[in-house]
Amino acid sequence: MKRTRGKKGRILGRVMDQHALLQVQELIGKQPKTRDMLIEHLHKIQDKYHHISNRHILALAKEMNLPMAEVYETATFYHHFDVTKEDEIPPPAITVRVCESLSCEMFGAKKLIEELGSDIDKKHIRIQPVPCVGRCAAAPVAVVGTNPIEKADKASVISAIEKKELSDSLPSDYIDYNSYKDKGGYKTLTDCINGKYQSEEIIKLLEDSNLRGLGGAGFPTGRKWRILSEQKVPRMIAINIDEGEPGTFKDRYYLETDPHRFIEGTLIAHWAIQAEDIYIYLRDEYAGCRLMLEKELAELQNNPPCKLPKIHLRRGAGAYICGEESAMIESIEGKRGMPRLRPPYLAQVGLFGHPTLEQNMESMHWIRDIIENGADWFSSNGRRDRKGLRSFSVSGRVKKPGVHVAPAGISMRELIDEYCEGMLEGHEFYGYFPGGASGGILPASLGDEPLDFDTLQKHGCFIGSAAIVVLSDKDSAKQMALNSMRFFEDESCGQCTPCRVGTAKAVKLMEKEEWDKSLLEELSTAMIDASICGLGQAAPNPLRCAIKYFPKEFK
Amino acid sequence: MAANPKLMNEKAVSFKLNGQDVEAYGDETILQAAKRNDVEIPHLCYKEGYRPDGNCRACMVEIDGERVLAPSCCRQPTEGMSVSSDNERAQHSQKMVLELLLSDMPQQGKSPYKLNSELDYWAEKFDIYNPRFEHRGEQPQPDLSHPAIAVNLDACIQCTRCVRACREEQVNDVIGFAFRGKHAEIVFDMAEPMGESTCVACGECVQACPTGALMPAKNVGLIEPDKVVDSVCPYCGVGCLLSFNVKNNHIQYVEGRDGPANKSRLCVKGRYGFDYIHHPDRLTKPLIRREGVEKTAALVDPLEMHKYFREASWEEALDFAAEGLNQIKGKQGSQALAGLGCAKGSNEEAYLVQKLVRTGFGTNNVDHCTRLCHASSVAALLETIGSGAVSNQVSDGSFAEVIIVIGSRPNDNHPVAATFMKNATERGSKLIVIEPYGSDMALHASHFMQLRPGTDVLLLNAMMNVIIEENLQNDKFIEEHTDGFEAIVENVKDYSPEKVAPICGIPPETIKEVARLYATAETAIIFWGMGISQHVHGTDNARCLIALALMTGQIGRTSTGLHPLRGQNNVQGTSDVGLIPMVYPDYQPVTDENVRKKFESLWGTTLDPNVGKTVVEMMHAIYDKDINGLYIMGENPAMSDPNLNHAREALSRLDHLVVQDIFFTETCGYADVILPASAFPEKDGTFTNTDRRVQLGRQAITPPGDAKQDLWIIQQIANRMGLDWHYEQAKDVFQEIRLALPSMAGITWERLEEENSVTYPLRNVGDPGEPIIFKDGVFPTDDGRGRFVPAEYIEPAELPDDDYPVVFITGRQLEHWHTGTMTRHSRVLDAIEPGPCIIINPEDLTSYGLKSGDILVVESRRGVIAATTRADEGMQKGVVMMPFSFNEAAGNLITNDALDPVGKIPEFKFCAVKLRKGNRANDQISRKKIKVDE
Repeated sequence: MKRTRGKKGRILGRVMDQHALLQVQELIGKQPKTRDMLIEHLHKIQDKYHHISNRHILALAKEMNLPMAEVYETATFYHHFDVTKEDEIPPPAITVRVCESLSCEMFGAKKLIEELGSDIDKKHIRIQPVPCVGRCAAAPVAVVGTNPIEKADKASVISAIEKKELSDSLPSDYIDYNSYKDKGGYKTLTDCINGKYQSEEIIKLLEDSNLRGLGGAGFPTGRKWRILSEQKVPRMIAINIDEGEPGTFKDRYYLETDPHRFIEGTLIAHWAIQAEDIYIYLRDEYAGCRLMLEKELAELQNNPPCKLPKIHLRRGAGAYICGEESAMIESIEGKRGMPRLRPPYLAQVGLFGHPTLEQNMESMHWIRDIIENGADWFSSNGRRDRKGLRSFSVSGRVKKPGVHVAPAGISMRELIDEYCEGMLEGHEFYGYFPGGASGGILPASLGDEPLDFDTLQKHGCFIGSAAIVVLSDKDSAKQMALNSMRFFEDESCGQCTPCRVGTAKAVKLMEKEEWDKSLLEELSTAMIDASICGLGQAAPNPLRCAIKYFPKEFK
Repeated sequence: MAANPKLMNEKAVSFKLNGQDVEAYGDETILQAAKRNDVEIPHLCYKEGYRPDGNCRACMVEIDGERVLAPSCCRQPTEGMSVSSDNERAQHSQKMVLELLLSDMPQQGKSPYKLNSELDYWAEKFDIYNPRFEHRGEQPQPDLSHPAIAVNLDACIQCTRCVRACREEQVNDVIGFAFRGKHAEIVFDMAEPMGESTCVACGECVQACPTGALMPAKNVGLIEPDKVVDSVCPYCGVGCLLSFNVKNNHIQYVEGRDGPANKSRLCVKGRYGFDYIHHPDRLTKPLIRREGVEKTAALVDPLEMHKYFREASWEEALDFAAEGLNQIKGKQGSQALAGLGCAKGSNEEAYLVQKLVRTGFGTNNVDHCTRLCHASSVAALLETIGSGAVSNQVSDGSFAEVIIVIGSRPNDNHPVAATFMKNATERGSKLIVIEPYGSDMALHASHFMQLRPGTDVLLLNAMMNVIIEENLQNDKFIEEHTDGFEAIVENVKDYSPEKVAPICGIPPETIKEVARLYATAETAIIFWGMGISQHVHGTDNARCLIALALMTGQIGRTSTGLHPLRGQNNVQGTSDVGLIPMVYPDYQPVTDENVRKKFESLWGTTLDPNVGKTVVEMMHAIYDKDINGLYIMGENPAMSDPNLNHAREALSRLDHLVVQDIFFTETCGYADVILPASAFPEKDGTFTNTDRRVQLGRQAITPPGDAKQDLWIIQQIANRMGLDWHYEQAKDVFQEIRLALPSMAGITWERLEEENSVTYPLRNVGDPGEPIIFKDGVFPTDDGRGRFVPAEYIEPAELPDDDYPVVFITGRQLEHWHTGTMTRHSRVLDAIEPGPCIIINPEDLTSYGLKSGDILVVESRRGVIAATTRADEGMQKGVVMMPFSFNEAAGNLITNDALDPVGKIPEFKFCAVKLRKGNRANDQISRKKIKVDE
């Protein structure tokens, strides 16, 4: 450690708080103290003490031989860490997070926050409005501790607090390791390893299947594997389960039902591109899934179907931006989740500087099925010349929200009618977010457009992670655009000017009764053109759509 | 940006920029290529020399075929690429970024903290005056907690240049970029006020800030300087180039210049410690001791100096000074006179001082603080490899695969050199730190060997033992380039790691590991400091280091060699020009008749054929009344010598003492006449840094009052002692130095003026200079071979015992320079470290019933002092350390004047003391201070 200067430093000298140091040492135990473990260790402190004091930051910095500024900046970047000053009163032990993103706002999140805020013992409990927690089909959602309360109201939240139901539990009904294996799971993986397939063959198969990255960018999976297999070794794999786009919950759905399918897919990727370690980055909001993955990965490793690589499960800490591929890599390295400038691309310089295959969890979910059923099986699905299946996370004003696996190219109207049992009683289809908050807003008049990658660009939108939020005549596109922009303002990492300042200025302009449309348009253009990553580039989509497609709301 | 000739050899990439064909060289970015072609693209987060971060997005350009714009500061062009920086789309984003940033500036306008800030420049360029966005509202409060730096984050644009400055350039790791999104904020450590953080005030962040959010305190950033004078830093041996910004004959602020040794970096002393020159305590009139005022060993309080001294005219004072010297020379003879020069002076001043003593006084009794510094290192180097200078420069050495830093805390004492070593560790070099105290340098080390004080020879012999045991020595190099290896083999047999480990306090495995690392590295360098040299076995310590390098062949190549880090800014130069009793300029022995004849003919006089007395020997001779007259230019032996009670008593016994200085130093109290001299920025001169770089210091201001330039004063005395000198300016003296020093003969003044910094050896005009010496294992010894000199372990002169059970070490600290003459008169440095402190292990402290900050009394067989304690877990038990800069608790009252038999350097780094609890009222002496009007 270094010495604090000024009078305080002159008097106190350079002496570590031994008590804090012991506490931190105890928490870290025998785990590695490498930089990439920083966020994991911060979690341990936060979990145990419900906040992270400066004393603990200093102790952790000493223990990990890191500058305290680096520990501090990392800790304060993530919203799930409560960093407190020496004399500051720590936050209450119980935190109730109430989602205020799109669907939850539509279903009364504001009212819930107000009610809870006025009724709750603020000394022991705090209410935090938070962005999407990935349960939009059951809006509004509150999370007590880590325990998610779906379709929450004041009573259900208070009841959970009173019953001390503060932790999420294992998903109730999922296919565990043994059942998965019993039903032929990991056979395809062992076939690969035992030489039944060549990696070239599998990569070709994926290319033919037209499987694309399902995290949002839609990069062809087969091509990505091919690029990686040509990079220098060592190569790394990073699986993105930082599902945070408002309206998206498909990854959680697959995790809670059939988790080994994506693990097998990942291990096949590992074999195909001859990678080293696998890192799985799971958003912190999915606490139950974390329990489950810890358990299942342990089972897998205890009784492996073949020789396994090192699989590291890493825990996010409340930062939407970490779903951005390069920000996630930074976060896995134990740093602030600030996206990297590209080039170089992650496939060239990724995790720890090594070429990295970064994939959305759902993309890996389909690997086994595509190998077993053939490329045509996947690509034969689709409407309007589109190919493949899409897992739509549908929420909003429909009768049956949830994850609907439907053909690529299906239209919004078809999706509502065929999969969602129509609109809610008394609601008329008005518009929809085709790809979460960042995908923009389309009006009902464009409800027959094919939903897929590349089809909505001409309308200033994109499908992204296929998170559909359906608006009705009871909703306001203008209001939803503002909700989105506030979300981006909160979740901007703060690195680049167009996004950090741009989102804040946009919110100010959009909070006004009259929008200065030309200035907003000028601002939007610069944000789209000049932001470092997709967050800032996509942030203006909803506002531009609101102006373009819902002119009536501006009269 | 001027065309960089280095780049021109690199492969060129042709691309189109705004329709014009342009070439980029090497790894140039679009922005760099544009700059070189005079195409202006706005940019804020980009700073030349720093890693481009691409976060501000002001430099966006459109690249044909790309979906979004690209940051030109980060993007390298590819062949045939078509780039537009001035079309509507690119300019729209550039302007919008500037408008967004400007909208959150105070009053949405020009920086209120800095003239012509970079943001203001671009805003003006694009005519953005009235941003259309609302201000963000909430504003961070000013943080004025630091005496040197004002933090006004309301002007911060989050460009993170300061973060890169702190983390990647200087590697001080204080500034962070915390929180997120619109709350993202620059913080110091854990969001402390800057003045209470671990900030070392290097000011790199201030120099990096494009808006004035970080500025020198007291709004000097708003002063338009009359002139900017390019010069050199007056403090340590690193030799940073800097600029003085002057208004009304006052230096307002200092900025780092892109010098070969500092790459625009400075430390707190160089950047903020310049204001001592404007302190009201400066001597401005010659002073003569009042008649009948007796000399005693007690210090004279500067506030009472007029009780002891009266003002005199220059004429009277100079006559008086020379007359006293002449009388002694006449009565007692030349050997009753002596002169002390100073390693803070220029080469020209030092040259004239030694010439004055040798030709005017007629004796070789001339020395300076090198004796207290690297005398033993130089002795060992001359004896073994024939040259006392460093083999490789810091800039080159910091690219070594293995860097050993032993007996040195460069982060405190050579801060800018330390930054390059820290940069090396970031690049993957292994840094091995060997010292008794765990300083901040150890935080960056791959191996930290915290040895017990005084056990260096044991440890180093054990490393050699391992190398020989494991057959890791370089037999070819030993065979072809060295002599006497067998003696080493024989000698180190007794020093197995297992045997020395318990005495050194280092596990044998670590010793082995480090020995292997060093021996097998492709490139390896050893840096060392006073922890090696200031021992009775200082020469032995250095011999061991040299032997390590010779037996492994780790010398004479790029990034591979030996580098004793020079302390003073010109200790290399003052030694080079002969301010040493046993040698003339260029280390030519006074006892060599041919050499002597050469100098007799150069100087037109006969010279004393006998070796003169060294610093400590002089004090003994003065004490014994063998020396009666002493001329001191700039030195402060009443603070810097060991066993001060003895030294001060000696000084009081002089019949005639002439002191030439800028302040009323402790030594002045013993003077008969005091001559007010010039401070560094008040004169021209050349200074030779630790790297053998001869660098030009230029006059920025005139001396205060009647104070005179030293060159003039020395000549006035010389001419009153029968010499006939007519040097008009430093340049004239330098011409003569070239004649006296073959190794610098090729350096012309004009070249210095043009290049600022020139490396010697440089024998013939036009030579490039030799950054690396001993190339190909050829040493400047009689037979071209390096010599092994085995060293046996001897114990320090005064070991702890029952009466005096604790080891006492003196050292320095970042903010203060040596005896404090300069730094304790600097407002900023004095505010950061206002008084003496004793560094002690917290457990030891508790054992005396004390807590950090309490008073501790330190007593040795020679003296007693009291000071506040500072607990420090980096300090090992049973050892205390103290900076020697503070006269109210002068560490040298405690130290032992036992000498190294070869280097004649005293053992500052080890003596035995006892400690007891003190109290403020009875034990502590507080400093009296003149109130400084601010």
